[in-house]
Formats: sequence, structure tokens, C-alpha cells
Amino acid sequence: MNRPSTCRCSPTEGTIVRLEVVAELGCPNEIVRLMDRPWFRRRRVGLGWRPIGWQGWLVTGVAVALAAGALTLLHASSARVPIVILVVAVYAAVALATGGARSADPAAPEDQPNGGEAEIGVGGVEQRLALRALTSGRVSTSSPDEPALVVEHLTKRFGERLAVDDVSFSVAAGEVFGFLGPNGAGKTTTVRMLATLIAPTSGTARVAGLLLDPANGVDIRQRIAVMTENPGLYLRLTVAENLEFFAGLYELAQPKARIGQALAAVNLGGRANDPCGSLSKGLRQRVALARALLSDPAVVFLDEPTSGLDPVASREVQELIDGLRERGVTVFLTTHRLEEAERLCDRVAILNTSMLTVGRPDELRDRLFTKSLVVRTVAPLASPERVFTVAGVDGWRADDTTRYVLTVSDARIAAPAVTRALVAAGADLLSLAEEQHSLEDVYLELVDDDVEAAT
Amino acid sequence: MSGKRIVSVVRKEVREFRRNRFVIGTMAVLPFIFLITPMLTIFKIPESSTGPQVKAAVGTISLLLLIVPIAVPPVIAAYSVVGERDQGTLEPVLTAPVRASELLLGKAAAAFLPSVAITYAIYLVVLTSVRLGAAHVVRTVVFHPPQLLAQILFTPLLALWSIWVGIGISTRASDVRVAQQLATVASLPLLGFTSLISFQLIKPSVPIAIGLALALLAADTALWRIVSRLFDRERLITGHRRTDVRARDHEAAHQARPGERGGPG
Repeated sequence: MNRPSTCRCSPTEGTIVRLEVVAELGCPNEIVRLMDRPWFRRRRVGLGWRPIGWQGWLVTGVAVALAAGALTLLHASSARVPIVILVVAVYAAVALATGGARSADPAAPEDQPNGGEAEIGVGGVEQRLALRALTSGRVSTSSPDEPALVVEHLTKRFGERLAVDDVSFSVAAGEVFGFLGPNGAGKTTTVRMLATLIAPTSGTARVAGLLLDPANGVDIRQRIAVMTENPGLYLRLTVAENLEFFAGLYELAQPKARIGQALAAVNLGGRANDPCGSLSKGLRQRVALARALLSDPAVVFLDEPTSGLDPVASREVQELIDGLRERGVTVFLTTHRLEEAERLCDRVAILNTSMLTVGRPDELRDRLFTKSLVVRTVAPLASPERVFTVAGVDGWRADDTTRYVLTVSDARIAAPAVTRALVAAGADLLSLAEEQHSLEDVYLELVDDDVEAAT
Repeated sequence: MSGKRIVSVVRKEVREFRRNRFVIGTMAVLPFIFLITPMLTIFKIPESSTGPQVKAAVGTISLLLLIVPIAVPPVIAAYSVVGERDQGTLEPVLTAPVRASELLLGKAAAAFLPSVAITYAIYLVVLTSVRLGAAHVVRTVVFHPPQLLAQILFTPLLALWSIWVGIGISTRASDVRVAQQLATVASLPLLGFTSLISFQLIKPSVPIAIGLALALLAADTALWRIVSRLFDRERLITGHRRTDVRARDHEAAHQARPGERGGPG
């Protein structure tokens, strides 16, 4: 659709609809200018519209004149009533089609100096201040020593299919906990169970200090927030209206202030009056994140929060998660981005229907992989078996003619000893380094082993 | 039950309707047709018409006006749950601290208020038109008090029935279109009921009107309870029925003590 390039419109849905209609009609610039601003504004209370601008008053005047004329001139005719009804119906249709935002809407786009333009990429200090304001009023609902989540033998079966099998773990208050696993591993099912959306087949859990039980459903949901993988926004509503709805569901005091803070925390302060349907996927994701922060929850479940975001936006979300950690919010992070989990999470769990492992990323590395040193020389060693028979080296293998991998118990003892031995043997050393294993190596090792065991 | 949450749901629903041309169109066109038809009928009746002729004509008008609260809400009500599920907005709502009964009441109220307002507005227009321009014999029949009372009482009650049926279907339907078709079909039996009143096969005396209204109110309340029980978060999210924890525990207890039920062991 060709939109007129000269149009600078306020981003309300009414305007967008009008522009679409005008564009379809061929969009002469005069019509665009004429319809650039709303003709009517919805009343704060009750039904109806208030004319604004000369167009609105002109339409109102014409409608009143027509109705009065019909009643007066057709006094003796039975057609006068249908004519008046017709006039009223047409007037209502015009007001509906050209109506702008409700009078009481905070900072309606046409009232904003920048017309509601986005302020993307400002970030930083403002975001952190907004986050601080957002989380400053939280009253702890449980003892600080009490874990935010305690899951014991949680199992979920859908008919014959076992989705989650005997999963147990706990998450400390204020911890960022990564929940990793391949597609279909049961991550989302676990989150849904903990969010009281679905009932476990067996097992128990405590969520934000409350026993996972249907009777506690509302109380648990009051203390947590879930950002689902699909943002799930009402596309016909504006960003602020979406958040306003959830503020009402959480019965928040001062909802407008909190909405402002939540939007500032995700750097969307300038987009409050944009219809969600006009936002990109990344921006919708950020609105969903703002919605999750709105109620200042004790535990936030984030399901793939950076999915679909560009690197800059992903980094902003990651900084936001860091900010949440600083503010003592427990974050339960489901992600496929292992480098993200490694950077953000205090501990991670790797799930593949059943729990494969839980621990700090460095702990998991130590647990799964033996410590090793990689030695590279310019030329092959004449007798490596003699060189590598030193303190701290448990074994060795040659990966290449000039690359040797040594299994060591403690790199701090082995590395200097190996260096001395190489120098003594007259070897030309190119590099000597401790072999690094990423969380991805840990993940692949565990998940591959699990898949092999299953087959 | 929280009034604030219910109001939030109503406000959100109404905002969504207002910006959905399909909903606005459906809610506007049908009542508009049902307004024009009675007007034409009324103003065609001459002063010399006999009583039965007038009663038949007014019966038709009355029927049309009672069809509006039956026909308008199902479109909205049938969309209310399955529509949200289809557009992916249901799961975030269900993770908020809102009870099923609050959510359903909010959705029902959002469908109820415009439907009833439209019907009453049309009725008011018809009454005003009759008062101003119709033949005297028509005025007498239209302004018959039991007839007026029946119209005023049954409009909201029929709308409620239609809404709860629509929402009930919406909680179990797999697709929005299926839900809307089923809800429309499910509202049809009410037409029989309204026909009986409109054509005065059930004479709308004041006691009968009140009695029938009370019966309809009781039926509406029962429907609300039934629909609230039909609302299963797990089924809506995953497509599977809720695990009945109590039943499972009960079963487990009996498995632990097999002798009690005469089982093996």
C-alpha cells in the first residue's frame, strides 16, 4: 500500500485507518491534510464524541441543520422520523470514522510535542532509574533465606506422553536461573505448572513462598509474572492500553505511573500511544517484558525474552535482567541462547524431559570435562612421553603432530612444570593454554548423551 | 471476586470491539435492518385496520425487537475465549491473578452492555415513532403495558442467555468460526420462546411476564455457573483436559489399600 510520503500523522489507529482509506482512494494531498487530525474526540465518560477542529464542528452543524429541517419541513409527513434517524446514523458513522483518542487519555499523541515518535536506543541510566522506581515498592512476601522456587519430583503427563519426568530443583531468592533444553524438553510445561496454568500429574512445589495448589492459584499469580514466548498483545489496543488492562488485573495502585515506569524500563516511553499492531516483533517483545515488570513480581518467568530481537535490543534486555538481579528479583530464564545463559545466569538447569543437571556454569564444566592444557609447538617433539612426565600431568595425547592435549589435575601446578620441561627439551613452544569449555559444550555433551541413551 | 478486575476486562473488551470493523458492522447492520422493517410496517397500517391485523403486525415487530438481543451477542461471545486463544493473548491473561469467573463475567458484561443498549435504543426509537406518527389503533396495541413490560424484561435476560451459550461454546470450540456458527445455532431455540410471546400465544399479562422473566433469570444464573465450570485453563492452553488432582489422590489412596475395594493383594 502506498502511503503518502508527506503525511506526518499521529500514530492512533483512527489515523492509520483513515490513511489506509485515503491511500486506497489515491490520496490527494488535500484530503490527507484535511484528515490529518481527528475531527472528533471520544468523551471521557459515556457515549458520544466531542467535535474538535473546524471539520468536526462543520459536520455537527450540518447534521443539526438537516435534522431540524426534516422535522420542520416534513412536519406533516411520516417520513420525518426515518430521515432524522438516518441523519443521526450518518453523523455517528462520521464521528466513529474520524474520531481520535479519548479525552482522558494521558498524553494523547496529538498532545505530545514529538507526535509520539519513538525514542529507541536511548537506554542506560534512564532505564535503570525506571527499573529502580518500578521495584522500589515491593514488599517481601517470604523470608529472604527462603528459596523463591522449590520444585520436588514434579511430573506432567499428557495422556500417554510424559512431558516432564520427576524434576526437582530450587532457585534462591534474587537468583537468575537458566532453564535450558532442546525443543520439547518440557521447559514451557514446567513454567506453566509453576505459573498455575496447568496442574502437575505428581510432585509438589513452592512458588514465591506458596504451596503450588489450585487454592493458591490467584495468590501465586499475584506474586509472579510470566513473559510467554509469544508476546500475546492485543494488536488493536495501544501499548498503554495493553498495560492498563494488566494493571487492572493485578489491581495496581497508581497504574498510570507504573505503566510509565515499566515502559521507561524497556525504553519504550515514547511509544505508549502506538497501536501494538504497528510495532515490530522486537518492540512487541519489549512491551511484553514491560507487562511482566508491571506488577513488581517476586519471581519473573522469562520464556525466550530475546527471541527475535536485534543484538542491540538483546543487549538491552540482558542489561534489564542484570538490573532485576541487582534489585533482588528472582528471574527464571528459559532460553536457547547458551552464551546468554552463561553470561546472565547464576545457575543453569539442563532439562530433557527429566533433569540432566543443575549447577553453576563453571561447576558444570568442571564436572563434565577433565581439566586439560593444550600445548602447541613449532616442530614435533622428539619424545613427548619423556617431556610430559612431570608433576601435575595425568596423561596426554597428540591431536596433531605439533598439538598435544594434556590431562591435568591442577593447571596452576602443571603449566609451569610443562613449560620448564619443554624449555629443557629444547622445544620451540608456540602456545600453552588451559582448554576452555563453554556452556554450549556442556549442553551438547549432556543432551547428545541423553539422546543416545534414549535410542 | 474483584470488581476492579471485572471492570478491566470489560474496558479492554469494549476497546477491542470498537476498533474491530467486523464487530461494529455486525452489531450495527442487524439492528439497523430490524429498525427499518418495523418502521415501514407500522406506518403502512391504516387507521381503518382491524384488531387482529394490527396485533399480527405488532407481534412481528415485537419478535424482531426480541431477536436483536439474541442475535447480536453470539458474535462477540463466541469469539471471547477461543478468539483470544487463536490470537495468542489468552495465556498471558491466564497468568495474571484473575479468576475464571471474573474473566467470564467481564467478557459477558462487555457483550451484554452494547447488545442491550442497542436493543433498548431501537425500542425507544420505535416507541417514539409510533407515538409521533402511527395510527391510533397501532399506538393502543404497542403501548399495551404487559407488552411493554415483556419487552423491557426479556431483552436483557434473552441477551444473557445468548451470551452464556456463546461463551460456553467458545470455551470448548477449536476454532472461532465454528464457535460463532454453533453459538448462532444454539440461540435459535430462544426464537421459539420469543415467538410465543410476540404473537401472544403466551398472553403477556404482568404476572406471566414476571414469572417467565424469573425463570429465565434462574436459567441464566445456572448457565453462568455451568460455563464457569467448563472454563478449564489447562485445556485452553494445551488442548488436554485438566488433571483431576483430587481424583488422582483418591485413586492413589485406594491403590495403597487395595483390600478395601476387594482388589488383588
